[in-house]
Amino acid sequence: MPAALVVVAILALAVLMLPLVALVVRAPWADLPALVTSAPVLEALRLSLVTATIATVVCLALGVPLAVLLAHSADAPAPLRRLLRAAVTVPLLLPPVVGGIALLLLLGRRGLIGGWLAETWGVTIPFTTGAVVIAQVFVSMPFLVFAVEGALSGADRRVEQAAATLGASRWQVFRHVTLPLVAPGVAAGAVLCFTRALGEFGATITFAGSLPGVTRTLPVASYLALQSDPDEAIAIALLLLAVAVAVLLLLRDRWVPGVRA
Amino acid sequence: MTRRPRRGAGAAAASAVALIALSGCSGSDAFTPGDEPGATITVFAAASLTESFEQLAAEFEAAHPGVEVALSFGGSATLASQILEGAPADVFAAADEATMQRVADADATAGEPQVFATNVLALAVPAGNPGGVTGLADLADDDLAIALCAPEVPCGAAAATVLDAAGITAAPDTLEQDVKAVLTRLVLGEADAGLVYRTDVVAAGDAVEQVEAEGTDAAVNAYPIAPVGRAESATAREFIAFVRSDAGQGVLADAGFGAP
Repeated sequence: MPAALVVVAILALAVLMLPLVALVVRAPWADLPALVTSAPVLEALRLSLVTATIATVVCLALGVPLAVLLAHSADAPAPLRRLLRAAVTVPLLLPPVVGGIALLLLLGRRGLIGGWLAETWGVTIPFTTGAVVIAQVFVSMPFLVFAVEGALSGADRRVEQAAATLGASRWQVFRHVTLPLVAPGVAAGAVLCFTRALGEFGATITFAGSLPGVTRTLPVASYLALQSDPDEAIAIALLLLAVAVAVLLLLRDRWVPGVRA
Repeated sequence: MTRRPRRGAGAAAASAVALIALSGCSGSDAFTPGDEPGATITVFAAASLTESFEQLAAEFEAAHPGVEVALSFGGSATLASQILEGAPADVFAAADEATMQRVADADATAGEPQVFATNVLALAVPAGNPGGVTGLADLADDDLAIALCAPEVPCGAAAATVLDAAGITAAPDTLEQDVKAVLTRLVLGEADAGLVYRTDVVAAGDAVEQVEAEGTDAAVNAYPIAPVGRAESATAREFIAFVRSDAGQGVLADAGFGAP
């Protein structure tokens, strides 16, 4: 490759890596154990893990069927197929804050559905842990859907057809043939989904708010800590970076065959 | 970028410069020291100053042809952190003295901070007062959706002072990052009541009402302004003088600020 390209590529690497290097260099290593085990950080960590886990389960329950629908939409008319794909892609491309505003307009106390919920049932969603999960599901589900859909379109359809000719019902084929076939893709998608949910910030703070133990997840806590205790903010950021790296290691083998097959 | 001499700091600074150049940030002008006419000054101002500083900047630009005032609003503490990390600001206007002191203590100010306005809190509710809020005591009502500022930021510290003085333990549903976020909750009707600055109630127009409540003036925030950055800019000094002039004070008074 031309030398100029190599130089630009190195610059690109620097853009990607140097901020993280700075984070590691500037981290208050000596105080780190105390910082990440302080009560507010542990509270935020617990909330983040719980909400991201629930969000991942919801994404799996809703997203796998959607991925199957998407994979089968090859036979559908092109406009419908494109619409379906766009519906999954747009939340992926949206700034999460926009997602938070949209959620507020749908589920807020004066929202399309939220207004009805509040008046009829006295249920309000913003400022609850449920709102955190909803925000996380909104931003992270596309990751799962595309991972599973990628695995599905790469899977060998003839196995499914063989099962069908042997008398298996559609549900049996899905349950005993399709699902095991794309299991690595589902697992990879779930891990991506979890990581994205864990890091969710914009939609959460916009839609759910920020209250310790209820809606203040790690990223929200990190942002607030920057106001008063930058070291704590850096410590939380490092914690989230460690999770991202752990996920990368976990996915190392699965990413290629599972998602790109 | 960092004052601590560490390996890698130079590289980090270089990358930050590269990033700013790539993002086409207009603030990068501030990297060139000097004050030739036509300079751009970057003003970091507390979120509560949004409307009044937009007007002040427009008037200052009109009176100084060729000068451009770039404004960046946010929570005072966030802005202070950004300045301490080397953000290219020429003027910093904070919503409380403690936050300004943090910048001054790090030798990041280029001149003595001067108080240019004061502000008090107001008990604010969405238009029509759907929660039927009548006083500060309602902030302790679990059935109402209450939005306050986090105690880490100036409006939250002021709120804590007010609530302490009134002997009230609030039951907040959200503790926001800056006062404008609390105001947004009220404007959207997601919260029934909140403590914001009196100026925010003025700024929100018809969307938000103030409930006259005893005790909200227990905390008076003094707003200091100071030149910041490595090279003290003459334009920055002029801007600060303009903010403190009669004309500037008039704009601030219209927005609901008190005199220093």
